[in-house]
Parts: sequence; structure tokens; C-alpha cells
Amino acid sequence: MPFNIHDIVLLLPEDFLLGAVCAILLVDLFLKPAQRAITHWLSIAALLITIGLILADADPATTAFGGMYVRDGVATVLKVFILGTTAAVFVYSRGYLRDRGLYVGEFYLLCLFATLGAMLLVSAGNLVMVYLGLELLTLSSYALVALNRDSPLSSEAAMKYFVLGALASGMLLYGMSMIYGATGTLDLAQVQKLSAFVAGGAHEHQALLLFGLVFVIVGIGFKFGAAPFHMWIPDVYQGAPTAVTLFIGSAQKIAAFGMAYRLLAGGLDGMQDHWREMLAVLAVASLAIGNVVAIAQTNFKRLLAYSTISHMGFLLLGLLNGTPSGYAAAMFYAIAYAVTTTVAFGLILLLARSGFEAEEIDDFRGLNQRNPWYAFIVMLTMASLAGVPPLFGFFAKLLVLKAAIDAGMLWAAIVAIVFAIVGAFYYLRVIKVVYFDAPEDKSPLVLPADLPFRWLLSLNGVALLVLGLFWGPLIGWCYRALGL
Amino acid sequence: MTSTLPLLSLLIWLPIAGGALVSLLGSERAGAARWLALAVSVLVLLVSIPLFTGYDADAGTLQFAENHIWIAAIGANYHLGADGISIALIVLTTFTTVLTLLGAWDSVHDKVNQYLAAFLVLEGLMIGVFAAMDALLFYVFFEGMLIPMFIIIGIWGGPRRVYATLKFFLYTFFGSIFMLIALIYLFLQAHSWEMADMANLHLSATAQAWLFFAFLAGFAIKVPMWPVHTWLPDAHVEAPTGGSVILAAIMLKVGGYGFIRFSLPMVPDACQEFAWVVIALSLIAVIYIGFVALVQEDMKKLIAYSSVSHMGFVTLGVFIAMALVRKDGNPDAAYLGVSGAMVQMISHGFVSGAMFSCVGVLYDRVHSRMIKDYGGVVNTMPWFAALWVLFSMANCGLPGTSGFVGEFMVILASFQMNAWVAAAAAFTLIIGAAYTLWLVKRVIFGAVANDHVAHLKDINAREALVLGAFAAGVLLVGVWPAPLTHLMDASVRHVVDQLMQSKL
Repeated sequence: MPFNIHDIVLLLPEDFLLGAVCAILLVDLFLKPAQRAITHWLSIAALLITIGLILADADPATTAFGGMYVRDGVATVLKVFILGTTAAVFVYSRGYLRDRGLYVGEFYLLCLFATLGAMLLVSAGNLVMVYLGLELLTLSSYALVALNRDSPLSSEAAMKYFVLGALASGMLLYGMSMIYGATGTLDLAQVQKLSAFVAGGAHEHQALLLFGLVFVIVGIGFKFGAAPFHMWIPDVYQGAPTAVTLFIGSAQKIAAFGMAYRLLAGGLDGMQDHWREMLAVLAVASLAIGNVVAIAQTNFKRLLAYSTISHMGFLLLGLLNGTPSGYAAAMFYAIAYAVTTTVAFGLILLLARSGFEAEEIDDFRGLNQRNPWYAFIVMLTMASLAGVPPLFGFFAKLLVLKAAIDAGMLWAAIVAIVFAIVGAFYYLRVIKVVYFDAPEDKSPLVLPADLPFRWLLSLNGVALLVLGLFWGPLIGWCYRALGL
Repeated sequence: MTSTLPLLSLLIWLPIAGGALVSLLGSERAGAARWLALAVSVLVLLVSIPLFTGYDADAGTLQFAENHIWIAAIGANYHLGADGISIALIVLTTFTTVLTLLGAWDSVHDKVNQYLAAFLVLEGLMIGVFAAMDALLFYVFFEGMLIPMFIIIGIWGGPRRVYATLKFFLYTFFGSIFMLIALIYLFLQAHSWEMADMANLHLSATAQAWLFFAFLAGFAIKVPMWPVHTWLPDAHVEAPTGGSVILAAIMLKVGGYGFIRFSLPMVPDACQEFAWVVIALSLIAVIYIGFVALVQEDMKKLIAYSSVSHMGFVTLGVFIAMALVRKDGNPDAAYLGVSGAMVQMISHGFVSGAMFSCVGVLYDRVHSRMIKDYGGVVNTMPWFAALWVLFSMANCGLPGTSGFVGEFMVILASFQMNAWVAAAAAFTLIIGAAYTLWLVKRVIFGAVANDHVAHLKDINAREALVLGAFAAGVLLVGVWPAPLTHLMDASVRHVVDQLMQSKL
């Protein structure tokens, strides 16, 4: 493959972020702990400038490095939201990390490397690129989970995450090798052309390709945390420092959608009839396990973990439609989920103090009497997760249900709504704790002095309502990204 | 009538904005919050009057329409409009909200600003339900109502409020989410969220049957019909007075309204086919729930069961109309049924609102809802007793009160269907009189039961204003229903025309 300087220019946002991460790495080495704010703001600035570079270059779809890298509308939308939520993660995490002695440069660097991996993943045009992006993302994440190395819970979570993650990567790689064996190419555009032909009819490699598909689906299911590949989610969510959970729970779900989109809609598009059934099984299992097990949780982070599993079930319902409008629905869902879940973890960080994690549901008891405004935001967040209109989460659910019914999967839509009712129960229980129960400590909530944090959290919470009323532009952007 | 002001939008967003403002006042400034909330609700009532006077009732069409693109990508519009049916319910909403806020003036002391804000937001959402002509917009308002009510019952309710409010939310959520699936299905067929476009679809008998039962799940729980009524007594008993009044007077009406707006025009053939199901359930509600009401010891529970029984008349009237159309294609009898159902809804709004307000008046003084804690109230509260008796008479369906008009029309329509159905429905007049008058006897008349009753003070000017306004409504509709029936007449005829057309 001849080297072309033009390709480097096409990757300008990624180039910039890589350069910025390296620069921050060097700068951070020379900073005293008291000057860590420089790393903090430089990281946020790097992310925002990268968003600016992506948006400034509104060039039509194109590829670089011989098809390794794809730039299209979907990649643009996903990258903007991945970078945006990561920036929000930084703003939310600062006080929490400082209180726990975790306010170190490594947190920022690992998050930025993971973000870079996510950007490459959602732009992948080749199986190798998918794997590369995914590994950069997950390896950084393993280290992030273990950031609090003195905590046994944190180390245990990292161990579980690493072992299961490595297993899933292995499966994915194995699946990719089978696809390569069946089609003779790693390029997703080529795979797309060949896969339908190989999978249909009596081709000699039909079985091989189908096995490849199954292993790829396992890899995707693991990344989403869809049942039955969800085992790592609750332990990692609970064990990781909340700031890291926030990162894994929000931006990475958008990246997971990008990976599924590249592999299934891009590469294995011709095998829709096969993967649709598989995704339907994963979706229904996730909805059932996520929602039912969540009822029994008393730990708020574990509750959100099971809630994630159920939400990924909903997302898969949009994906299995297999048309651009279905992908748009799933993409909208991923974004809505990331925006909502950011607020939810942000609220935990708001209540957390040094030596107090605020991760039990009971820690929210009577919040309405201590601070009505943040109680209101808890209500918006929970109602949005439960899918009550007019909040953001409802419209995301509406679109995926529409996609599923459109695909002739009415039964799956009905299963989904039945479990949504089960889900409503535990979200309402949080509202109940916040509004109906009396607090143990009646004094007003001591708010962190970090103004950007408080402002962003309020803005993020209100956005759930505003985006619920005016979600037209966002869904319009998703539709345009998919050429609708 | 052309109006330059977007009246319906104003009616929806004015209370919501007012509610936001009231909640921002903070819990310390309770007095200011009360006056501001009252001012907003009175303003909304005043804004709703041009709707009533300016509506061209002879045309019976949708008027005051506003149509803007909401979500272009999926074709949803911000489309509001009102016909006679909507306007009657909107005015009932604005009227009742003012009285509810007045009624709670002294009885709520905890987080007053949030309490008032919840009611104002609820008012806006309820008006939105009655004004939405876009199915998605309707659903958003329909479900959005749950959150403020959930909060109202949960924060200011009685001892078992958490159980009651969760039950309320989950029951209603359960029903409406099936309706959502039905609406998505209709959207995929019609490629439009407009309710009018959905009503123009031609659907197979099987599809209609599924849609009918999905709608039934949504609206029957809201009405509520037997056997999915069990959330209502719990919610009513635990809710604060204002919550009970709004729940009974308006939120239950959303179910009846939904049948008329969705089930009838969109799936008329399935409605005819399965009218007997709803009629049977309605008769069970009317009779069986009447007996259940008879044995209640809690006043609020008794009135709650009485509500279920009376709302049975609404569903009976609506689906008797369908059965009559199926039987002999008689539009006049069908008109009588739907009309009767509508009058019954308005009347029940006044009567149940008034009854719950009365219980609230007693509860504020004695802090008990148990019938056995009262007796001989007439000796210490003569004015209150007079009004209570009036409302009780209306609840029994005495001629001259609003309760009579609707029930009479529905029974008349039932007669054209089957004398047995009519006889069963008319049975409620006896059982209704029995539980209501027995309640009056035990609470109002007799010897003064205990010290609490002996020290009761009669209603003050504020309470007199609230109950007097309800009484005026009850008597006006009872003696001179012409303005109300004229308002709805052409609109109901329009609905009947629609349900006469097969959509197969």
C-alpha cells in the first residue's frame, strides 16, 4: 500500500488527538500534584478541539489508507458524542478523584487513549482496524478499572474484566479469522460484497462464514454487555471507581454501537437473516435479565449496571431491523442512553464525599428535602431511563420499538414493553427514595465547590427534558448520517 | 370564529410555566406560592372561557387548530384542535383546578410550592390530552400526567401512599404501553401520526381486533373498568384531597375520552364485534362495584367505588352505541348513548369532585375518613350538611341534578338494545341511592357521635366558595343541560357518523 500524505490529512482529528495525548503525557511528567488542573483542562481542551476539527471538516464520505479507515456521517455523529461525553466525564470526575487520591495524570491519559481507540473503532473499514481500535479501547479500560490499586474490590473488578474481555477478544478474533477464511479478505467493503453470496446458496464455505458470524456476535455482545455476555457488567460497574464507571458506561456504549454497525451493517450486511435472529435472542435475554435482576439491587451502581444490560437489549431491537432507519434508531438510542447515564453517575459523584461513596440507593434518601433541584434532576433521569414521556429516553424507546415492529418482530416489541414495565418499578423506587422518604440527615446538601461540575450536571439533567421536547434536530442528524 | 391568539397552546403552557415559577419560589414562601398558583389557575380559567363562547357548536368541527411541524424525521406534528367534546372537558379541567387549589389552601403545609406546582403542571398536561390531534403528542401528554400525580400521591398522601402511588403508576403504565404499540402499528400503516389519518385507514378484522384490545388495555385501566379498577380505591384513599378531586373529576375522564377519540373512529368494526365485552364489564362495574361500595367503612373508598360504578355508565353508553349500530344501524340511538356518556362524564366530574372536597373538609377538621367517627354532623355544620346532601342526591341521580341527565340518556339508549341491559343499568339507581343515602344517614344525620363532631365548625367562606361552585355546576347541568348538550351535539354526531362507517 503506497503511503499517501493525503491520508494523514484525512485523519486530522485522530492525528490531533494522538499528538495532544502525547503532549499531555510529557507535560504531566513535569507537573507537581498541585498543578494537576493543567492536565485536566488541557485534556478537556484537546477533546473539544478534536470535536471542532471533526465538525469543521464536513466533507462527504471517504476512505483512507486503502479502505482501512472510513469517514462517513455515522462516524462523525458517533465521534462527536464519544468526545463530548468523555469531556463531561472529566468535568464530573475531578472532585471525586481528588478526594480519593486518584487525581493523577494516568486517569486522563488512559481515558484519552481509550477515546482514540473508540474513534478508530467507529471509523474502521477493515477487520484488523476493528480489532486494533477495540484493543486500544479495552486495554486502556482494564487499567482504568484498576486505577484504585489499593482497593481489593477495584482489583477484583479489573481482573474479571480483563479475563472475560480477553476471552471475548479472542472469540472476536477467531470469528474474524473465519470470515477471512470464507471470503479471503479483511476489508469490510469486500466482505460485504462476498458475504451474501457465500452465505446464501450451497457455497462450500457457508458453514465457516456462519461460525464466523456467531463468534463476531459474541464479541459484540460482550462489548455491549448484552445477556448472556453480561457477567462482567455488574462487578465492573460496582468495583471500578465511580468516575471510571461513568466513562465505561457512557462513551463506550456509543463506541460499541459503532463497532456493531461496522461489522453487521457494513461487513455482514448480506447475512441479515442470520444475525437478526441472533440479535433478537440477545435482546430478549438482556431485557429479561437486566430488568428482573435490577429489582433486587440495593447498590445504585449495580442497579445502573443491570439497567445498562436492559437498555442494551432495547438498542439491539433497533439494530435488528437491518435498515438505515433501524440503525438510526439504535444510534439515537445509544446517544440517549449515554447522555442519560452520564447524569445518573454524575449524581452519584455529586453526593460522594471523601470516605463516602454514596453508591447505595439509600444514600439518596430524602434528597428532595435537602436539595429540591438535584432531586428534580434525579426524577428526570429516572423517568428518562424508565421511558416516560416527554423525556429523552421515551423517544429513543419509541424509535427502537417502531424499528422492531417495522422489521416484523412484533413479539420482540411486546416482550420489550412488558419488561419496560418491570423496569419502571425500580426506577420509580429511586424516585420514591428521593421524594417520599425522610432523610436521616435533614441539613441541606453540601454542594461541591466545583462550579463547572454543578453547572454541567444541571445542564445535562435539563437536557433530558429539552431533548425530549425538541429531539427533531438530533434525530434529523442521525437520519442524515445514514443517508435518509 | 377565528382567533389570533393560540388559545390551546396558551392553555397548555401557561399553567406549566406557572408551575415552574411557583416551584422556584421555594418552600419558605408558602403564602406567595398559594396566591401565585391561584392567580395562574384563575387566569387559565379565564383563557378557557373564549374557547366555550367562541366555539361554533353548530358546525361541530375541529376549531382553534394549531399545526406546526414537531419532529420532521418521523412526521410528528404539534397539532392541537378542539371540538365540542374536547372543550367541555377542557373547561371542566380549568374549573376544577381552581377549586382544587382553593380547597388545599389550609390543608397542605409541607413543601407547598411543590404541591401547587405539581397541580399546575398536571393541569397543563390534562388540557394537552384533550387538545392533541396528533397521536404521538396525545401519548406524550397522556403518559406525562403520570409523573405529577405519582408525586402528589407519594409526597402528600396517607400512610400507605407509597404502595398506592406505585400501584397507580404501574397499572396505568402497563395499560398505556400497549396502546403505544397500537399507535406505532397505526403509524406504520398510515405513515402519519395524525389521528384523522389513522381513522381513515382500512384495516383487516384481525388487525382491528388486536388494536381494539390494545386500546382497551390503555383506556379501561384509566377509566377504570372492572376488573382493572383495584388501583383506584387505593390511590383515592391515600391521595391528598386535591389529588383525589383531580383524579376522579378529570383523570378518569381521559379513559372515556380515549375510547371516543381512538377506539370508535379507528377500529369501529372491532368495536361493534366486541361491544358485548365492554358492555358486560360495564354492567359488572355498575352493579357489583355498587354492592362493594355499600360495605365500605372509609368515606373516600366508598366514593371511589361509587366512581367506578358511575364511570361504568360512560363505557356502557359508548359501547351501547356500537352495539346499536351493529344491531340495526340506528344512528339516533347511538347518538343518545355517546351523548349520554359525555354528559355523564361532565356530571361525574362535578359530583365526584364535590364529594371528595366534602370529605376533605371533614378530614381537615377531624383527621379521619372513617364513617364510624362521624354522625350528626348536621347539628354542628348545617351549611355543610345541606351541600353534602345536594351532592349525594346528584350521586344517586335525582332528577334536577346533573347525575340524572347522563344516566337517563344511557338507560334510554340501552332500552333500544335490550330491556334486560337497561334493567341491569337502571338497577344502579337503586344501589347508588342505597350506598349514598346510607352514607348520608351515618355521617350527617343522627345524634352527635362524639366530642370531635360536637366541636366542629361549619365551613368558612373559602370552603363555601369551593363547594358552592361545585353545587352551581351540578344544578346548572341538571336543570338546564341545553348549553352543554348543544356544545357537544354536533361533535358527537360527527363521532357517530364516523363509527357508522366500516373500516374493513
